[in-house]
Amino acid sequence: MTIVKTELNRRSFIKSSLLTGGGLLIGFNWLAAACSTSASKGQSIPDEWFEINGYLKIGENGVVTIMSPNPEIGQNVKTSMPMIVAEELDVDWKNVLVEQAPLNTAIFNRQLAGGSDSIKQSWPGLRMAGASARKMLMDAAAKKWNVPVEEITTELGILYHKNSGKKAGYGEVASAAAQLPVPKEVELKDLKDFKIIGTSKKNVDGHKIVVGQPLFGLDYKKEGMLIAMIVHPPAFGMKLKSFDATDVKTKPGIKDVFQIKLFNDDYKPQWCDTTSFTELVAIVGNSTWEVMSAKAYLKVEWEPFADYKIAMAGWGGDQLVNVPSGLESTADHNAKMVAAAAKPGKIERRDGNPEEAFKKAAKVIERTYTAPFLAHTPMEPMNFFADVSADNAILVGPIQSPEYMEKTLSARLGLPLEKIDIQMTRMGGGFGRRLYGHFMVEAALISQKVKAPVKLIYTREDEITFGIYRPAYHALYRAALDSNNNLTAFHVKMGGVPENALHANRFPAGAVDNYLAESWAIESNITVGAMRAPGSNFNAVAEQSFLDELAEAMGKDPIQFRLDLLKRAKENPVGEKNDYDAARYAGVIELVRDKSGWEKDSAGKNRGVAAYFCHSSYVANVVDITGDKDNPVIQKVYTAIDCGVVVNPDAAINMTEGAIVDGIGQSMYGQLTFSKGQPDQDNFDSYRLIRHTEAPKEIEVHFVQNEIHPTGLGEPPYPPVMGALANALYKATGDRYRHQPFIKNSFES
Amino acid sequence: MAIFKLKVNRKEYQVDVDPSTPMLWVLRDHLNLVGTKFGCGMAQCGACTIHLDGVAVRSCITFVDSVGDKEITTIEGLSENGDHPLQQAWIEHDVPQCGYCQSGQIMNAAALLKVNPHPTDEEIESAMNGNICRCGTYTRIKAAIKTAANS
Repeated sequence: MTIVKTELNRRSFIKSSLLTGGGLLIGFNWLAAACSTSASKGQSIPDEWFEINGYLKIGENGVVTIMSPNPEIGQNVKTSMPMIVAEELDVDWKNVLVEQAPLNTAIFNRQLAGGSDSIKQSWPGLRMAGASARKMLMDAAAKKWNVPVEEITTELGILYHKNSGKKAGYGEVASAAAQLPVPKEVELKDLKDFKIIGTSKKNVDGHKIVVGQPLFGLDYKKEGMLIAMIVHPPAFGMKLKSFDATDVKTKPGIKDVFQIKLFNDDYKPQWCDTTSFTELVAIVGNSTWEVMSAKAYLKVEWEPFADYKIAMAGWGGDQLVNVPSGLESTADHNAKMVAAAAKPGKIERRDGNPEEAFKKAAKVIERTYTAPFLAHTPMEPMNFFADVSADNAILVGPIQSPEYMEKTLSARLGLPLEKIDIQMTRMGGGFGRRLYGHFMVEAALISQKVKAPVKLIYTREDEITFGIYRPAYHALYRAALDSNNNLTAFHVKMGGVPENALHANRFPAGAVDNYLAESWAIESNITVGAMRAPGSNFNAVAEQSFLDELAEAMGKDPIQFRLDLLKRAKENPVGEKNDYDAARYAGVIELVRDKSGWEKDSAGKNRGVAAYFCHSSYVANVVDITGDKDNPVIQKVYTAIDCGVVVNPDAAINMTEGAIVDGIGQSMYGQLTFSKGQPDQDNFDSYRLIRHTEAPKEIEVHFVQNEIHPTGLGEPPYPPVMGALANALYKATGDRYRHQPFIKNSFES
Repeated sequence: MAIFKLKVNRKEYQVDVDPSTPMLWVLRDHLNLVGTKFGCGMAQCGACTIHLDGVAVRSCITFVDSVGDKEITTIEGLSENGDHPLQQAWIEHDVPQCGYCQSGQIMNAAALLKVNPHPTDEEIESAMNGNICRCGTYTRIKAAIKTAANS
């Protein structure tokens, strides 16, 4: 067992009691009423709840409610985070109810869905919450029975004192436990003693999902609520000049039409603010269809904007961002990228003497890889509920970054943080899109103006054409081989519009004596943001395809080639800043090699391999395909993952399967192109997503078994499968697929 | 605006809406049945799938004045207690990730099993091709449909 100092203090306990009102808590808000259960449907709800700490409360009958602190976006945290608390509390999972916590920074750390970090960063806090509650229950029992606490044991929600034969359910001592001081130290379980973590538990919202109960932001309702929609510029490079709402206002059900401005003039946007379209027209009415239909009657004049600079407060400190004027097109972007790649870039890492090694090379291999802009397209379009009055604001909806958006909202409304209440609904996907919560601010401004509760709804077209895309990328890779076909130098020059994707210190940096990484970027007024595995979602395809081409040129097996490089990186690494663990990297490659029967079972198969490290986890894939060039059929995908301890295995497999389908879909079909500043695709008839017939026939997922504390999983399985697919496509067709989307692409046409 | 009498999930309703209103918004805004989801508004994603006399249709392009006396079934009315074989199979396979598209997937699958109780893999894939799952749960959806077909 491990003894740890608790970080939960009395203040957070008291604050949480104030927040929830203490005592009887059932149904205090819509989300609490939407309490989800792992227990059987007949689970009896307690008459009285006792709050032990901000994470959990125990009923007099032993039923436990565990708060799930982070936004649920489909990554299963609403089930898996409470599992971690329940493990250390040592309670029967059957007796656990799960409730989505509201934003409360006094109790919870990092209520964010992003960076594949929910489980990784909350692991200690969740365990401590469960363990300290268990200790308080043990203290209460020891006091009641007048025995030393060291003699108390627990199992499945029951306290035992073996010597006297006494026992009591958690519910019987919960009232007394809630009055006790918070323990200064608590014991955490040994990993080998886990009973809940590592066993598959069903999604706590599963039943509600399959019977269509309200769960999502779009489903949220309040008496007297109005519906609002926005109209934004049709093209990047344009802004609102004027509008005429006369016709709209005559349409049935329409209440008001007005302009909203996202930021105050002196506001410095932070990382999750967007500058896509900050001045919009809002239309407010009684029902969704009335507002949606009336939208078409709005007369708007747009005008091009001039170059401007904007001060952004970002992760890397404040920076002044140039926003160029102009109506950009994909053809222009492509030409600019080709020109930029021909010039020297900014050197991000240099080992040995790469220039000299290339001069001396017997053979130089040079390849270019590209990828287009992508839109996130979560299935639930952007929406948010807001009820703003002079002295407080209630916001309910799907948001990945509530803590940050609360600050934006506070600045815009001039309300202190404590007057803003943000409640998180289940999200119909996000993939990074809902980190940028402009829609929440828009909803609040609309509610403030019309003095009524409002739900803002985007159409699919609004969502796809609003910006915050995955950038367009370009990568030039070069390798120098000596006369014995040994790799002597490696060079990557990576750029993009308006950002590049370079991770200069990742593999194969550290494995090659002479190494050069350069970057460049082209300014653009098209706004971008994080999309599932940012940067990595291009790097993995380009780098893993190039390594495959390299292995072939060197006459090496692509798996053995990678393992040889990783052996070098492990035993005698080049440079000191290599931000990956070569042994764990090799571990997943070996596992996928063995599980796919790479050495014994590859004859006659069109298979490709790739491996990648991101978000602190390691993933390797083997993809098998059949079919022809126009109709490739993905027969099977083998996946090996090292993400440390797996909390909820079946859910982890589900998310991995999804990431694989997503990766195949985006690399095969995904592209957003521009003409005169306007996106050429705006709904699923033109923006193509992968469908049932195109998904792999079979996906096999294997986890490396170890005792490393959990690392990321939402993002890591997404990037490498695209590289493995490109390499399998080469085997099946004889053509290298260097430009995404593989099915057709704007870069070559 | 006009009055429409609708039969939804074996109950009679009356709504006063514009005749051009899609059933999607009648269900969600006026009848408070929000299990039917808005995804694209142009019959491309299947999130809004309902049954009209047992046939799967996209409610985002099914206008209220075209329904007549046909019986509407939504995910809320697919079974009395959420125990349709597909709903049970969905839980058994723990299909959902975000869950948003799943009511449409289930409704489309239910209509498929009605006309083809034992579909092949290819028949499932092709019948389900109009339903997008952005989370990529396609392999589980297929497995769940097969489980339900065999139950």
